[in-house]
Amino acid sequence: MAVGLFTSSPRLLPRFLELFFLTLLLFSCHSSFAQESPYIVTYDHYLEEPGNLEVEYFSTFGTQRCGNDFHAFWTEFEYGTTAWWTTELYLDGQTTFSDSTLFTGFRVENRVRLLDREHLINPVLYVEYEQTSGADKIIKEVEGHDSESDFDEPNGVLRQEQDHELELKLLTSSTFKGWNVALNPIFTRNLSPSEPWEFAYAVGASRPLALKALPNRCSFCRENFIAGVEMYGGLGDAQHLGLPGTSHYLAPAIAWNLPSDWTIRLSSGFGLNDNSHRLLLRWGLSREFSGFGELVRHLFGGRE
Amino acid sequence: MKPFAALIVVCSISLVLAQNDDATPQRQRWSADAVLSKVPTEARARTNPFQGNSLEARAGGKLFEQHCAECHGPKAAGTRHAPSLLGTEIRQATPGSLYWILTNGVVRHGMPVWSKLPEQQRWQLVTFLQSLGAQTTDAASR
Repeated sequence: MAVGLFTSSPRLLPRFLELFFLTLLLFSCHSSFAQESPYIVTYDHYLEEPGNLEVEYFSTFGTQRCGNDFHAFWTEFEYGTTAWWTTELYLDGQTTFSDSTLFTGFRVENRVRLLDREHLINPVLYVEYEQTSGADKIIKEVEGHDSESDFDEPNGVLRQEQDHELELKLLTSSTFKGWNVALNPIFTRNLSPSEPWEFAYAVGASRPLALKALPNRCSFCRENFIAGVEMYGGLGDAQHLGLPGTSHYLAPAIAWNLPSDWTIRLSSGFGLNDNSHRLLLRWGLSREFSGFGELVRHLFGGRE
Repeated sequence: MKPFAALIVVCSISLVLAQNDDATPQRQRWSADAVLSKVPTEARARTNPFQGNSLEARAGGKLFEQHCAECHGPKAAGTRHAPSLLGTEIRQATPGSLYWILTNGVVRHGMPVWSKLPEQQRWQLVTFLQSLGAQTTDAASR
């Protein structure tokens, strides 16, 4: 039956093989315990461990006052190229209720640690290229004059707009007495001519519920939970810098790092002004696979 | 199709660079001696609040298994990615030095910073590493 499916749709076979190959690769790796922060929008300065691949799935349920509510989702593949450089690929999609489901684009980002050692404030440079349609609703960051009304139109209209954006962030973060505080100024440029630079911010604070580890492996012990809060929003653009016409969110969040190497994250973002969605309810599931880079190198005849 | 081609190029470059950068075993396998010599004097002098506490050492053992065994090996005997932690230099290192290395990592040689673990957990790890040293010394004297 499967063979029949592939012969009737020959394009399905390579896709199936790609998926099979990727799954096989991941299951050949060991999983690895992650100590993930609860942030979904804000970044701290910690990078992926070298050679590890983290696969993450996130969902955002958003309310829409003049239009239909939506469920946007994205998958992240985060690879630790070295201890000071992480590279990441995002694939985005969304379902707007009573409308349609779409693939809305991809993003490629790189994060580079600027200093070798820990300091009071630790800077990481973030560079992202994204190619998304106007129907992209993951709201991973809120920039410039982004507002809820941008999504009033149906998907058929929104998808006609194509964005090619370059996004730069300076990720600054500090960890002290169990607390992490992170601040990310964001600078975005739509690569179409005549589009101005847009500005935004994301700020977060988090702390594990227990600072000491218990001697035994446990799922529900407090050390596995990290609670935090993040706030993010737009700051206008180069032509109209400031808060008028911008939207802002406050989002309490929690991460649960399970001993089975899975991490679950929950966040509920509340719009802080009339330009914001009333509610952005997010959740995510991730797993880290160690030794992925080494496995790929072996497959392609890399050195021992 | 063009964006996907660009994407594949970016990913390939990352992997190739990773292969030629500090992920290669020759450069990755940093020497504990060289790293210990870089620890500032003030950091060396810090004392371990959990010194000799077997319960904290057990908790540190769990943390080691979760975060460190992947590179240093399940018994801390080292792998081709990271050195053994059973050697004399680690045994003789002050707790403050071990704590400093855990906090700051050896970033250019593949060891990430571990300041994301709370201070207490890093001291629990140090207590575990010191208990390994004690076990090795006991075994040698027998």
